[in-house]
Amino acid sequence: MSYDVPVAPGEEPVEIPSEGSKSHGWPLWEVFVRAKRGLNHTHVGSIHAPDAETAIQNARDGYTRRAEGVSVWVVRSSEIHASDDAASMFEPFEDKPYRHPTFYEIPDEVGQL
Amino acid sequence: MKTITTNTDLGTYLVRLGDDNLILAQRLGEYIAGAPELEEDLAIANTGLDHLGIARHLFTLAGEIEGDGRSEDDFAMLRPERSFTNALLVEQPNTDFAYIMVRQLFFDAYQVPLWRRLSASNSTDLAGIAAKGLKEATYHLRRSSSWIVRLGDGTAESAMRTQAAIDGLWRYTAELVTSDDLEERLASSGLAPRSSDVASEWLSTIDAVLEEAMLARGSDPFQTFGGRSGIHTEYLGPLLAELQWMQRSYPGATW
Repeated sequence: MSYDVPVAPGEEPVEIPSEGSKSHGWPLWEVFVRAKRGLNHTHVGSIHAPDAETAIQNARDGYTRRAEGVSVWVVRSSEIHASDDAASMFEPFEDKPYRHPTFYEIPDEVGQL
Repeated sequence: MKTITTNTDLGTYLVRLGDDNLILAQRLGEYIAGAPELEEDLAIANTGLDHLGIARHLFTLAGEIEGDGRSEDDFAMLRPERSFTNALLVEQPNTDFAYIMVRQLFFDAYQVPLWRRLSASNSTDLAGIAAKGLKEATYHLRRSSSWIVRLGDGTAESAMRTQAAIDGLWRYTAELVTSDDLEERLASSGLAPRSSDVASEWLSTIDAVLEEAMLARGSDPFQTFGGRSGIHTEYLGPLLAELQWMQRSYPGATW
């Protein structure tokens, strides 16, 4: 896994490894916080930690110290697989408004769905 | 020296507990921006702020009980070194990361059973502070324990340094769990436990963590005392100078 670094005209692209580099010994973890019971865990950011238990503790200190949450998940950033930004990935959906359920009348008797 | 005690046993005891927490908070605050990782900076700052918050509650309550108009700031900023009654352990310097974590483990393992007992104090105000302190100290102990296990069971270097910190700080541990006349009087009126009441739980907590960390108790039989009567190591004076210089230089300054 690597980060894309912006490349100025005439510059060679540089690849910076996100983990396993000598400059930073601890791997990166993504942090998900559940704000209150009944809600989903939501991605809030990332932290460095040597292992899962420490990652949870660091996430607690970094992201819940103002009572933002009641539960924390952490997952190694390297375990997350992301989609690419190819035009074919998401743009085909932009002109298909009929996939929203807005083209039929809901009878009044149905009430709030 | 008037300032070493308040006019009641309970007030004097509250100041003692407050001093432990204030001095440790200042030590932890010193380390901010010095930790090996940003995440540790944040965690150590959080821990320090927990201790500071508890100290503020304790000093405020001590001032109310005294009824002499002393505020939390008067207790923290305007007492000389000989008036501070914190345990010697908490004033020991941030020699390295291992010293910081061992100091924290020793103190957390003492605070948890102490706060648990104080939650049942006949002083409902103190019991309320203790209930808050117990939650915080329980997490502090979890964190310091897990660090000691990682350091002890980590590399040869981390194990060596952590054992050195245990050996270096061991002589300040008996003071934590030794009671004195003040505590005897408070215990007989149900206001506070004797520190010696938590000694066996303290030791069993420490032993369990050190065993998992593959480290050993300090072997030095020498134990030193004095903090509770205002006789400190050479490290407290400079700490107080940094803590208090603003109020000393500009008395009554506020912002």
